[in-house]
Amino acid sequence: MAVQSLSFIRTAPVEATPPPTAVRGPVGWVRENLFSSPLNIALTLLVAFLLWIALPPFLRFMIFDAVWTGSDRNACREDVIGRPVGACWAFVWDRLSYFVYGSYPPAERWRVDTFFALLTVGAVWMLWLKAPRRGLGAAYFFIVFPVLSFLLLTGSERIGLPEVPTAFWGGILVTIIVSVVGIVLSLPFGVLLALGRRSRLPVVRLASVTFIEVVRGVPLITVLIMANTMLPLFLPAGMSVDRLLRPLVGVALFASAYMAEVIRGGLQAVPKGQYEGAMSLGLGYWRMMYFIVLPQALRIVIPGIVNTFIGLFKDTTLVSIVGLLDLVRTIEASRVDPVWAAPTVSMTGYAFAGLFYFVFCYGMSRYSLMVERRLAAGQRR
Amino acid sequence: MKSRMTQIALALGAGLVGAALATSPAAAQATLANVKQKGFLQCGSNPGLAGFGVPNAQGEWSGLDVDFCRAIAAAIFNDPTKVRFIPLSAKDRFTALQSGEIDVLARNSTMTMSRDTQLGLDFPVVNYYDGQGFMVRKKLGVASAKELNGASICTQQGTTTELNLADFFRGNNLKYEVVAFATADETFKAYDTGRCDAFTTDASGLYAQRLISATPDDHLVLPEIISKEPLGPSVRHGDNQWADIVRWVHNAMLNAEEYKVTKANVDEMMKSPNPEIKRLLGAEGSFGEAIGLTKDWAYRIVKHVGNYGEVFDRNVGEGSPLKIKRGVNALWTQGGLQYGIPIR
Amino acid sequence: MSTTATVPPESSKASMLYDPKVRGLVYQGALVVGIGLLFYLATTNAIDNLRAARIASGFGFLSSTSGFDVNQTLVPYNATSTYGQAFLVGLLNTLLVAVIGCILATFLGFAMGIARLSSNWIVAKTAMVYVEVIRNLPLLLQLLFWYIAVLRPLPDARNSVSMGAGFFLNNRGLFVPRPLFAADAWLVWAALAVGIVGSVAFAVFARRTQEQTGKQYPVVLTSLALVLGLPLLVWLVLGLVTANPISFEMPEQQRFNLRGGLQVIPEFVALTLGLVVYTSGFIAEVVRAGILAVSKGQSEAAHALGLRSGPTLKLVVIPQAMRVIIPPLTSQYLNLTKNSSLAVAIGYPDLVQVFMGTVLNQTGQAIECVAITMAVYLTISLITSAGMNIYNSRKALVER
Repeated sequence: MAVQSLSFIRTAPVEATPPPTAVRGPVGWVRENLFSSPLNIALTLLVAFLLWIALPPFLRFMIFDAVWTGSDRNACREDVIGRPVGACWAFVWDRLSYFVYGSYPPAERWRVDTFFALLTVGAVWMLWLKAPRRGLGAAYFFIVFPVLSFLLLTGSERIGLPEVPTAFWGGILVTIIVSVVGIVLSLPFGVLLALGRRSRLPVVRLASVTFIEVVRGVPLITVLIMANTMLPLFLPAGMSVDRLLRPLVGVALFASAYMAEVIRGGLQAVPKGQYEGAMSLGLGYWRMMYFIVLPQALRIVIPGIVNTFIGLFKDTTLVSIVGLLDLVRTIEASRVDPVWAAPTVSMTGYAFAGLFYFVFCYGMSRYSLMVERRLAAGQRR
Repeated sequence: MKSRMTQIALALGAGLVGAALATSPAAAQATLANVKQKGFLQCGSNPGLAGFGVPNAQGEWSGLDVDFCRAIAAAIFNDPTKVRFIPLSAKDRFTALQSGEIDVLARNSTMTMSRDTQLGLDFPVVNYYDGQGFMVRKKLGVASAKELNGASICTQQGTTTELNLADFFRGNNLKYEVVAFATADETFKAYDTGRCDAFTTDASGLYAQRLISATPDDHLVLPEIISKEPLGPSVRHGDNQWADIVRWVHNAMLNAEEYKVTKANVDEMMKSPNPEIKRLLGAEGSFGEAIGLTKDWAYRIVKHVGNYGEVFDRNVGEGSPLKIKRGVNALWTQGGLQYGIPIR
Repeated sequence: MSTTATVPPESSKASMLYDPKVRGLVYQGALVVGIGLLFYLATTNAIDNLRAARIASGFGFLSSTSGFDVNQTLVPYNATSTYGQAFLVGLLNTLLVAVIGCILATFLGFAMGIARLSSNWIVAKTAMVYVEVIRNLPLLLQLLFWYIAVLRPLPDARNSVSMGAGFFLNNRGLFVPRPLFAADAWLVWAALAVGIVGSVAFAVFARRTQEQTGKQYPVVLTSLALVLGLPLLVWLVLGLVTANPISFEMPEQQRFNLRGGLQVIPEFVALTLGLVVYTSGFIAEVVRAGILAVSKGQSEAAHALGLRSGPTLKLVVIPQAMRVIIPPLTSQYLNLTKNSSLAVAIGYPDLVQVFMGTVLNQTGQAIECVAITMAVYLTISLITSAGMNIYNSRKALVER
């Protein structure tokens, strides 16, 4: 036997065989991701079954069986139009201006639209991280915008705008006002409380900790009821607080406590060297905080702030329980309207509100994720 | 050092509170002078009860109580539109009056001794005699509230209704399940969805709610009235002139009905030889000036708003979708309780 | 800054102002005075206002007759009971929904959190959509939705669906047989107590033995047998020897409704469902973050040691993940408890609905009612965070 015959030296590369069909293409993907083990097969089938139960009725309700046009309840009644009825979007369409403006006088509604536009400018300026002159943006959002909006929405004969009492405000307008006031007030108060909690002065620390923990320990609804029933009691006789303002005070207090905890996290994340460096430059406490610490701390907690704001935005629905005419309340009020009394009207109203809240909250949570990734990328170097 | 933050916070807080308080009226001032100075009347109203006080989508108010406020405005300003309606929930209504946020509360509120004497309020008149009743679905086959043994009943929490309900069932030794909701809307919606066999509130409210149900004909208001609910406007205790105005506005409307002075014929009636009518409309005597108003105060009311019968008919009676019968709210001459006190 | 040598003598007074200690004292004093003033003003105003409105104050109202009824009471209560008893009814209803909600939300939340990390595409994506949708919708809206979703499809009381064994379902709720305990039923409870104590003792024994010898015992099975088996055994024996210690009162159809038995009201079902679904979305995120926090090297090392994926998850990943999961999980439990106050929107008689709603309105004693209610929630959350701190200090990583 020659050695030659035992060894084998390939002289030409082997013809490449195609990969087995089972690991590539759609089939391979399905195998890999859906049917890789008996447990996975069972799970896939279970979830598919659940989706099959849940999705078609959902889509039928929202789209295929929905009623898109009509002027009263007859358009949305099964016994009248002779087919199964899903969402009654005609109802939402008919009531849309009520859902957006409440009873704000129609002739003055341009003021609300202007307010929304002003808000959009401020929000974009604040949230767009590369926007020019963001310091100016902050001044606009926290000082100019609130004052301007207040003048615009309440009006006064002196500036040539008819006065619109807050009792007329409602719908999305009130929802937005409550959440914007919450964020505009809770940020500065939250910073103060967070600094107070980290203060070396025992009394200041005690006061901050007590406030934060008490507020965080009770449900928002109790704070709102307290603001509603007890605020008038604590004021001198004859003084009264506007009905819209009372829940606003409650929401602002509540949000401040949560914001304080978020900001405290940011303050703790700023390296000690930054504090020491600032002090070694001879900066006093306030300059150190303003120029060195807070800019870094606040930047770190932008996602946390946005998340708190999402929570606040969802929680604004609670003001409907203490009688404010927010979006949920306008829907509750409209669904008992006999003109639109049809079986699916309530669910349609809730679906509309659900879409509204989902679009905003989901958008904001995406934004906060995006910022988080960006910040993380900056930290990685 | 860090406490400066806190000081700033306090200063800001104080500023905020201060700003909030700046617009509040001084309650100590005489209400009439205050109203005249403001140029409009502030009237606490039901946030939405058909027939009594309800805004439409444009924010225009209508109802029996709403028209009562309009009548006061007409008497003071000769202009029934100079009213601002402030929707108030059941639990906020008296606080709002006490704190001076509103000048008069016309919000189907029951006059009781404790409210009249303990809350710092006065109820000068009763503009609607009501009582608590029950509404059931017709298909239940119930003809009397006494047959409701074992039923579940929807009611609004924090009202006298809830207490009357417990009293009634306890007194008749019947069992029931109570389901209480915070607002009238939620309560009725729960009944309408079938959560409860019966729905209870003031009878006027039952008619109003039945009207706005999807199928009004499916519901039946039971004959039993289990409580006395004299509903009337209220004012702050201690301002007698203002209470007088409220009292006499109502009586002027009653007298106008009694003497058949209507919105349509009030100008003609000025020439009436009947001394009662002459005194009412200010053709004789100057009764309006005695309560701080003008001579033609009652003329203004009838001209702009109408007499009690017209207001009743338009808002809750035959001329309205509610179709509530006058019943005890008829004039005394028709066997009812509404008795216009003579103007002389 | 202040080297005494360079400071001229005449500025020593001014330097007092710049002394951090003095400043601190001044600021703190100002804060105390400010807060004190605020409290003083509020209190005096409140006293004046209450006197003007002639509203009584003090806690005496707790012992006066309430005069209203509540439709779910865990303790005996009727319209002749006191406001104090109404408070207890509300508190117990809150605790009931909170405890059941926390247990169910934990199961659903863990399932969803693990599902989001599943290698199975459809499972992971479905869980992701679930979590995103649930977390981004207001709880109040979800509760209103569930209330209608629960009530709508159910038949009215006259056409109750019988589910057998004395279970009925209609739009007044779910009716189940009510257990009635005879005089000697305490023996069953005693057996249950013995079972619990026994299983705890066995668990301790099993752990010690394992630490010393490596021998493992079936702790879970033994505990189950002790906790469930022992009382059952006593019950059976008692039933044979004497009369049946536990009998059941069956719901019966009456004119309007079923009478007798236990009634689970639809408000309770809707509230529990809403809270469980909402909180499970957040718990899922907590669980996912916890599992992701365990470094991949841990499970790789476990695999290298020859552990299969089941034991790896159970013995290596979950114990480490729990350390990260437990603190935020507790705050989710607290959130659920606080969120149960939204019961007021759908008419479930919880603490806020009964006490801050009805009692506050009937008595007008806003300050007392608000203070008591807030104190209850505050106590619950303080107790929980105290327990949390103890847990954390015991479980904290002992670093070298």
